[in-house]
Amino acid sequence: MLLTFYILGTVSVLSALGVLVCRSPVYSAMSLVCSFFCLGGIYILMNVEFVAVIQILVYAGAILVLFLFVIMLLNIVPTGESVRFNLPVLIAFGIAVGLFAQISGLFLGDIQFGPKDVYTAEAISEEGSIGLIGRLLYGEFVLPFEAISILLLVAVIGAVIIGKRRLN
Amino acid sequence: MIAIEYLPILILIGLGVVFATIFTLAGILIGPKRRGQNKEMPFESGLPSDGLVGQRYDVKFYMTALIFLIFDVEIVFLYPWAVKFREMGWFGFAEVLIFMVLLLFGLAYAWKKGALEWE
Repeated sequence: MLLTFYILGTVSVLSALGVLVCRSPVYSAMSLVCSFFCLGGIYILMNVEFVAVIQILVYAGAILVLFLFVIMLLNIVPTGESVRFNLPVLIAFGIAVGLFAQISGLFLGDIQFGPKDVYTAEAISEEGSIGLIGRLLYGEFVLPFEAISILLLVAVIGAVIIGKRRLN
Repeated sequence: MIAIEYLPILILIGLGVVFATIFTLAGILIGPKRRGQNKEMPFESGLPSDGLVGQRYDVKFYMTALIFLIFDVEIVFLYPWAVKFREMGWFGFAEVLIFMVLLLFGLAYAWKKGALEWE
């Protein structure tokens, strides 16, 4: 169990590094798929099968396809030039450092990890994580659930408007 | 406890890796190799190659992928409902119906605007 976690974690971190190190953007994207799959495995180890399935279905499936289409759309040819530290790179670096600091702060602070309230590991495995998510999503959180449909509607319309304007 | 449940998936992944490796290696090792100057040349349907290998793709692919992604996420939210279908009853059905109808407007809009057409 712990060994599996270490293997998945190592491969995940290494392939995430590969995303940064690879010269060709397509290789970077493929490295990202590997990282996503390892994260999916880690989710399974954490007993959240539904999130694991979504991770692989949506991230490794659909979002990676989107990434690849962007890469193919822009057709970036690897030039072999190293990245110079211009303003956008510095801004991105600053944001990344800030995000890392914030996440580190979360771990260092007194945040509670693991099962909360009634949702212990036994309760989840008894009902199944999908069933539990379903009960909460369609029971307690109805309004956010319906709001998601509006969010997705906005996304569809936005995509069509932007895409169609470019086409004409 | 978890290891036994996911053993079939592990076997599947293992077999996939093994078969891919075997066939790739077999192709390299036992396939005939007849090299020649003309055979090594890059070609493009018999004509001298024109431009780079990576061609710029049409934005249509991106549009289709984006619309696919959105409806993919919709299915993700229907998944727990499918599991809890009987328990939820008519209330759950009404909820999901509202959810679906709102998204159907999006589909209708995309259809009307011709985003689903492949011209």
